[in-house]
Amino acid sequence: MDFSNKNLWPFFRLGDFSIYITKTLVSTWFVMAALIIAAIALRLMIDVNSNSTPKAGSIQNIVEFLVEMMSGFAESNLGKDLSWLGGYFFGVFAFILISNYSALFGFRPPTADLSTTLALALNTFFLIHFLGISRRGLAYFKDYLHPIFFFLPMNIIGELSKPLSLSFRLFGNILGGFILLGMVYHALPLIFRFALPDALHAYFDIFAGSLQAFIFSVLSMTFIKEKASPEKE
Amino acid sequence: MDPKAFVLGMSALGAGLAVCACIGAGAGQGYAAGKGAEAVGRQPEARGTIMSTMLIGAAIAETTAIYGLLVAIILLFANPLIGKL
Repeated sequence: MDFSNKNLWPFFRLGDFSIYITKTLVSTWFVMAALIIAAIALRLMIDVNSNSTPKAGSIQNIVEFLVEMMSGFAESNLGKDLSWLGGYFFGVFAFILISNYSALFGFRPPTADLSTTLALALNTFFLIHFLGISRRGLAYFKDYLHPIFFFLPMNIIGELSKPLSLSFRLFGNILGGFILLGMVYHALPLIFRFALPDALHAYFDIFAGSLQAFIFSVLSMTFIKEKASPEKE
Repeated sequence: MDPKAFVLGMSALGAGLAVCACIGAGAGQGYAAGKGAEAVGRQPEARGTIMSTMLIGAAIAETTAIYGLLVAIILLFANPLIGKL
């Protein structure tokens, strides 16, 4: 069995070094297409300027509910002055969620590739430090000497381990589920492959997928709040 | 003995040992879930907050298990030792 990321066709070549279009990239395109089409369709179906109360159960109602939930969640996790980041985190949440669910349709989930998760985690990493420096200035650097100056290397390692643990958690969970399901499919005789792995799909793709998407966005928000607007001071 | 067979067998053993990291995560998550149930029993109205705090804590406890799992996956599917022969 081979669970590695297949190179499909070369994209460009530079001497010995060549960049390939991989399976992950192709499934990322499908996820992006699904998200973009959903976004455009929802935007066309709602009326942004309406002030009347929407009918219960209508698309307008559902979208308003989602947006309100998102901004309320961002406000409670990031604080009032950083709640404008909520849109970004809702986007990250939606991308990871649809990526994890794409395994249900037979794609290789894009989050089962360290490149995807590391890119998302590095976004968080740069947001943490950019917002920390721009909002707090010198107080940000004082954090690194927190109990005493002696702890400086420990604090720096702690900061560097944040993107690593964020990306490895998502990557390991999704890749582990993907490999386990592949092994189950491989072990079962053909006639049982239609019904038996469904419970595993429900757990690994739907439950663990939603949980990891939620945890990724909540942990990113917590890290950003910790550095950019801590409650003490 | 064929050196390749030896390295492959030892890699499989190492992968099995690496997954021992999951013991700690399992114990930790179980402890977190138990404490969460205790907290909900004491204060049922704070169920939502307790749930999300517990899930985040459990996810952080899981990270160590994921590191072990990744070591096992690398040893099994992308063995770095076999190229050194």
